[in-house]
Amino acid sequence: MANSFTRMITGRNTAVMMAMGAGTLASAFLLSDNTAAAERRRFYPPSADYPDLRKHNNCMALAMTPTIYAHLRDKATPNNWTLDQCIQTGVDNPGHPFIKTVGMVAGDEESYEVFAELFDPVIRDRHNGYDPRTMKHPTDLEASKITSGMFDERYVLSSRVRTGRSIRGLSLPPSCTRSERREVERVVVTALSGLKGDLAGRYYSLGEMTEKEQQQLIDEHFLFDKPVSPLLTAAGMARDWPDARGIWHNNDKNFLIWINEEDHTRIISMEKGGNMKRVFERFCRGLKQVEHLIQERGWEFMWNEHLGYILTCPSNLGTGLRAGVHIRLPFLSKDPRFKKIMENLRLQKRGTGGVDTAATGDTFDISNLDRLGKSEVELVQLVIDGVNYLIECEKRLERGQDIKIPSPISQFRK
Amino acid sequence: MQEDLADPACLERSCYKLTGNRSFLYSPPDFNKFLKSPEDHRNPHIPLPTNSLQLVLGDPMAFPDQDILSLQGRLAASSFRQSNEWTVNRSQWEAGGGYKTPSAGLIRSSSGSRRTGALSRPSHLRLNDSSPDVIMPFGNTHNKFKMNYSAEQEYPDLSQHNNHMAKVLTLEMYSKLRNKETPSGFTLDDVIQTGVDNPGHPFIMTVGCVAGDEETYEVFKDLLDPVIEDRHGGYKPSDTHKTDLNAENLQGGDDLDPNYVLSSRVRTGRSIRGFCLPPHSSRGERRAIEQLSIEALDSLEGDLKGKYYALKNMTEEEQQQLIDDHFLFDKPVSPLLLASGMARDWPDARGIWHNDNKTFLVWVNEEDHLRVISMQKGGNMREVFTRFCTGLTKIEDLFKNRGHEFMWNEHLGYVLTCPSNLGTGLRAGVHVKLPNLSKHEKFGEILKRLRLQKRGT
Repeated sequence: MANSFTRMITGRNTAVMMAMGAGTLASAFLLSDNTAAAERRRFYPPSADYPDLRKHNNCMALAMTPTIYAHLRDKATPNNWTLDQCIQTGVDNPGHPFIKTVGMVAGDEESYEVFAELFDPVIRDRHNGYDPRTMKHPTDLEASKITSGMFDERYVLSSRVRTGRSIRGLSLPPSCTRSERREVERVVVTALSGLKGDLAGRYYSLGEMTEKEQQQLIDEHFLFDKPVSPLLTAAGMARDWPDARGIWHNNDKNFLIWINEEDHTRIISMEKGGNMKRVFERFCRGLKQVEHLIQERGWEFMWNEHLGYILTCPSNLGTGLRAGVHIRLPFLSKDPRFKKIMENLRLQKRGTGGVDTAATGDTFDISNLDRLGKSEVELVQLVIDGVNYLIECEKRLERGQDIKIPSPISQFRK
Repeated sequence: MQEDLADPACLERSCYKLTGNRSFLYSPPDFNKFLKSPEDHRNPHIPLPTNSLQLVLGDPMAFPDQDILSLQGRLAASSFRQSNEWTVNRSQWEAGGGYKTPSAGLIRSSSGSRRTGALSRPSHLRLNDSSPDVIMPFGNTHNKFKMNYSAEQEYPDLSQHNNHMAKVLTLEMYSKLRNKETPSGFTLDDVIQTGVDNPGHPFIMTVGCVAGDEETYEVFKDLLDPVIEDRHGGYKPSDTHKTDLNAENLQGGDDLDPNYVLSSRVRTGRSIRGFCLPPHSSRGERRAIEQLSIEALDSLEGDLKGKYYALKNMTEEEQQQLIDDHFLFDKPVSPLLLASGMARDWPDARGIWHNDNKTFLVWVNEEDHLRVISMQKGGNMREVFTRFCTGLTKIEDLFKNRGHEFMWNEHLGYVLTCPSNLGTGLRAGVHVKLPNLSKHEKFGEILKRLRLQKRGT
């Protein structure tokens, strides 16, 4: 057996793989009677390792029970990702002042299966009762179905659609090694160099950028920096910064891709003004072309029919889509019914600095709350209709007329 | 997947398909039987379990209660004692011939060659392979897919870096060491992660690597020996380190002029053999270390008698008092420490113990297992050091009575997380006023020749 292996595999790595292969067989044989693993478990049973979540308020802490922990603690995905690594960010960060965080991440596509016992309740909690075991997620990237996608530009300053995509076969940012991360960069950048027309562009690697390029990207609000939020650093996404991280954008500067930041890729389509339909149309076209280009080389995106597009954070499953506008609502933002209106329209407001910022003045970032259970077209249409309604309310308040709280948009049953 | 994953047999089959390995699956007994009502979780007087099966299950929500963990600790200690290979203390080891250089790589010691680090674990827990089943369920980069890529593809970009690890690491060294693991699963990438993430510090040359357990210093000798040599002024792998905690041997030291010397302080660190170090320890290990430390420290008497303050249970008054005494430590914010993983699960199982006189202080599970500090106002360094030695020796004896000892070997002295703290781990210092000397142009040179270092207060 040894001879046939050495003939099959040549090179320096043979000895390594042989030693590992033989060792794995040996220890698997030894462990098949469970003495070693059982001994270790007896020294540290799951109760000894169970995290103290009494002061915690995130989805993971609310879903975690000692039984689940005991079932899942000793399991590992094929690349050796364990439950403790999934939940580390939730254990280290009890809560966030503005939002109820998820508190766990996936290290790879298989995490969602191996640790389903914990991921499923978290997904149900975060995505309004969506049950991955039974429900299917629709994917729809036909931008032509969008109606009335042009906003009044006296209120809407800019429009933006973003999502993420992961490359199947490579580990996600919390657990990827340097070589896997570089592979992601290579696969994506090679594919992007095949884009043509208004999507043609170039890549800027974070580590090799010149000062001038860096300043340019900062001025255009394209540059992303090393994450400082403890939510992200505790999950291990900032390791080896800035190795294999970069930004690609097209020459028109309205189609932008972040590589190896929080996900393998973050795809953003944006422009000033209120033409959301054009933004979404470019978004869908770009996504389809990128997918086609990587498929030509034998890669594909992580997707399945229950969870849609697989991303690092469970909150981004499904579409991973956040479609939003920067909008000025001086009257409406002071109205006490604003919050309820947003809630019923399934919209969310953030400060214009991003997810961890508070709103300043009367300019907000308004975007969809939901990611999973509705298709991309449905979500963008929801945002368009919602923002149009908000603009309508603003105009009515300007004229001194009264506004109405809309009835809530239907969700699936919890 | 079409299977119903709520069915345990189906889950087992699907996980087997995923990993090809059944041995990590185990069916725990029904935990729910042993869970009490929410009110009972706050009750510290839950009756002790009467057999080891109940002990294993315990009451997961009641872990802060001391009884169950101490019994676990005692059971673990007694099973350690029963195993022959565990029973080694320093004098026995010295009698047996002392430190032997282990062969490179991770080999099951069937030939009987005794490596001090490897002895800390019973033989069936030592591995000759990086198998996922037996590694501790925590830690950083244990991603096995990296072996699908060449060493060149995996090698970190250290072109902007200026720390000891970056100066020493080469591609050949990386290729040789990258598939190795310590018995608890600490890899080379774990060792160097903090150095890769933090290229350099403006004022000091940082070390850039950490140890996850005692065996790290053996398994990754090829990297750590040159780093130690560089950091510790040419200390060679064959050198031996002398340990002397007899305060009688000190000459003078009790008459530093209090007009200049405001306070005197001696600190060191200690690690408990048999547990992983802070970058790699699991919650269970960290709590066991806390529990052992509390038991040992509570047995101290006389002027060393004191009290433990757990970081997560502290009251506002206690916290303010500790801040006023300058005793409190907070969650590390330095990226040097965060990148190595020692701040995980903060503030679980971290705490501060100090004696009633507030002259002897122990930090538990901060940057090392134990940081022992002796201090007082004024210039009587001799008294500070005497108390330091007495306290340390007493603590070591108390640990030994419970079947544990400190990580120590003849070559590296006391083993701590950061290679810069090996040997004595000792920092003895004073706060001193030197208004005229500090302005002198030769001040730095004087300090350098005296082998002293200055820091801000």
